[in-house]
Amino acid sequence: MIRVNGRERPDPTNVRILLSDYLRHELGLTGTHVGCEHGVCGCCTVLLDGRPVRSCLMLAVQAGRHEVTTIEGLAGEGKLHPIQQAFHECHALQCGFCTPGFVLAVAGLLAKHRKPSDLEIDEGISGNLCRCTGYASIRRAVRRATELSK
Amino acid sequence: MKPPPFEYHAPSTMAEALDLLAKLEDAKVLAGGQSLIPLLNFRLASPAHLVDINGIAELEYVRERDGGVAIGAGARQSDVEDDKTVRRICPLLAEALGQVAHPVIRNRGTVCGSLAHADPAAELPAVLLAAGGEVVARSVRGERRITAQDFFKGVFDSALEADELLVEAWFPATTGPFALVEESRRHGDFALAGAARSGDRLALFGVAPTPVLADPTDPSHGLSPSGDLEATPAFRLHLVEVLVRRAFAS
Ligand SMILES: Cc1cc2nc3c(=O)[nH]c(=O)nc-3n(C[C@H](O)[C@H](O)[C@H](O)COP(=O)(O)OP(=O)(O)OC[C@H]3O[C@@H](n4cnc5c(N)ncnc54)[C@H](O)[C@@H]3O)c2cc1C
Ligand code: FES
Ligand code: FES
Repeated sequence: MIRVNGRERPDPTNVRILLSDYLRHELGLTGTHVGCEHGVCGCCTVLLDGRPVRSCLMLAVQAGRHEVTTIEGLAGEGKLHPIQQAFHECHALQCGFCTPGFVLAVAGLLAKHRKPSDLEIDEGISGNLCRCTGYASIRRAVRRATELSK
Repeated sequence: MKPPPFEYHAPSTMAEALDLLAKLEDAKVLAGGQSLIPLLNFRLASPAHLVDINGIAELEYVRERDGGVAIGAGARQSDVEDDKTVRRICPLLAEALGQVAHPVIRNRGTVCGSLAHADPAAELPAVLLAAGGEVVARSVRGERRITAQDFFKGVFDSALEADELLVEAWFPATTGPFALVEESRRHGDFALAGAARSGDRLALFGVAPTPVLADPTDPSHGLSPSGDLEATPAFRLHLVEVLVRRAFAS
């Protein structure tokens, strides 16, 4: 059993399955995106016991003892998490391909630093690539998220 | 499903892990997976067995030992970076960890995994060398301590035997001025060249098959770094001079 977004889900069908593919193909949670599959782009980021990790760099079986949170599980049904709200308000997404990864990386950043400095923000999002929106509005969204999370 | 076929083992004690490593042909230790899983995804590695050490609680520690800090094989880079004992005793290690990849990668990657991987462009091997640290390797045959100078053998090659687990890394206390400076194309990338300073000792990385000790007054002496798409040998030598000047300016 693997706990994903608060629910017990069946074990992966094969030990070779990456956590990213397990979430997408076996659970249908396609909000976790897959780009490079070697840890560089960040769009597959999920929370493992509340900390952001790359789901393309873990085997699904390794999540067995842990709680996985994907973008689908961040806010309640039909609601936006403050970070999602901030991305919406600050136009921090265009195509949205990178967005789930950014939002979850920012969730990890804000869990560690409630009021991150500019440097901490840059450090926190430096592992995620966005190819169309640009980082200025994503940075703004992180600042806005700290206000909305109060 | 990207990784090639392998048999998966998840021991819950160190003794069990050592037994598996002694018994299995062509086994690889899976620590943070931040280097090994990309290699599997690209099928650049295809071990018959993976021995996952993530479930071994006894390896998850950071403690003071012999005037330095001992880091267990289960300790994640991000936890070590934030650890108060590490920041107090070995601030050079904390400083260096802040420059290893990105925070999200460090949430999984381990300090010992980075040393075992022996990437010539990695920060932590150079820190171990500059600080004069050592690693503790264990197998069913027993335990041995290997100094940094004897540990790094070549590109992705260390003194570890196939049945050995790197169970602990030991970093002596940072005394005197220290610095970890590097230059890379993008923030968080592996360095084109870098320097770790611990007091008067200097280790360079990214410019030879292993991290190397160098003379701060003539750091590029005897070096012949390789060239690639990102940097020519001459540019790497230039970086060495500039970085070492910066490291010793403070
Ligand atoms: C996008 C990205 C950027 C990165 N940038 C950097 C960077 O700038 N600098 C840097 O230094 N690293 C960087 N890394 C690599 C990262 O630091 C890895 O975490 C680290 O090199 C390996 O540690 P690991 O715990 O993930 O080991 P794994 O990937 O699990 O293992 C790596 C190798 O070491 C062996 N091994 C691991 N632990 C042990 C052990 N205890 N005993 C025996 N053998 C063992 C494995 O069998 C394997 O061969 C980056 C990685 C990614 C994905
Ligand atoms: S798909 Fe995982 S980091 Fe790019
Ligand atoms: S919104 Fe398109 S890649 Fe970031």
